[in-house]
Amino acid sequence: MNGLIGKKVGMTSIYDASGKNIACTVIEMGPNVVTQVKSTDSDGYNALQIAYGEAKAKRTTKALTGHFEKAGTTPKKKLIEIKDPKISKNLGEEINIEEYFKVGDTIKAVGTSKGKGFQGVVKRHNFGGVGQQTHGQHNRLRAPGSVGASSYPSKVFKGMRMAGRMGGDQVKIKNLKVVNIFPEKNLIVIKGAIPGHKGSFVIIEK
Amino acid sequence: MDAIQYVHQQLNTKTQNKYPEFRAGDNIIVAYRIVEGDKVRIQDYKGDVIQISGAQQSKSFTVRKISNGVGVERIFPYACPNIDNITVVKKGRVRRAKLFYLRSMIGKKARIKELRIFK
Repeated sequence: MNGLIGKKVGMTSIYDASGKNIACTVIEMGPNVVTQVKSTDSDGYNALQIAYGEAKAKRTTKALTGHFEKAGTTPKKKLIEIKDPKISKNLGEEINIEEYFKVGDTIKAVGTSKGKGFQGVVKRHNFGGVGQQTHGQHNRLRAPGSVGASSYPSKVFKGMRMAGRMGGDQVKIKNLKVVNIFPEKNLIVIKGAIPGHKGSFVIIEK
Repeated sequence: MDAIQYVHQQLNTKTQNKYPEFRAGDNIIVAYRIVEGDKVRIQDYKGDVIQISGAQQSKSFTVRKISNGVGVERIFPYACPNIDNITVVKKGRVRRAKLFYLRSMIGKKARIKELRIFK
């Protein structure tokens, strides 16, 4: 991952110059704090560990509290590593949105999708269901159909798509555009939808 | 929601208060800008407001008119930059916020009484 951490605020729509309505996601992206600088000498690779999102001090383990104290910052909720960073920062320094993104950039967004619960194959894997609605059909409309052959192979292959828990997975959306940046409020406006609920952490990569 | 409202304020140079106030039941003319190639012309759409729905950025209103004996409804977003102007022709006296009952009425029954204020 090579980006900054933000929090999804919500969605809105704006109009462009030609009068077209564009659906946008607003993301709050306060300064990300560098909590560890990894180098080839000490760790075998170059990376910056960054943190975002205030955590309660009493809910943070002592080990992590010490880690954050070393960087001279308060406990944080979300930590990620930027491998081979293009910007050089020291321990405890902050990375702002402006330093990383500018309007018009093509970006990727990584988030955890909304949980959908236990879903059937039609919703979960885009199956078409079995058969028709009429002509005597009565109970197979959203059924998965056959899951395999008979005496050979005498088993259902692993990975067969079936009903089950849907959502709550890490999803990456590519080819998104930065529509606007408001550094004074730490907000970034991105064209299109981004996985996750309001208030969930998202990683915006360049 | 504060952050969303802030984004609205910053990105919407066109303010929503520019248009005169109107309610469901009012007869209005919407001057709509139509771009044809590199030419821009303004088309008037006159009808009764049958509903105002949504809030903030997604606020919209529906205008219904009878065109050649066929009922036509058009939804306009308040924030749409292609709306040139709105004129209120008549204030209507109605008892509902959504006038969907007009859809099932034809002829004289589909009229809305004018609201007259006597001083």
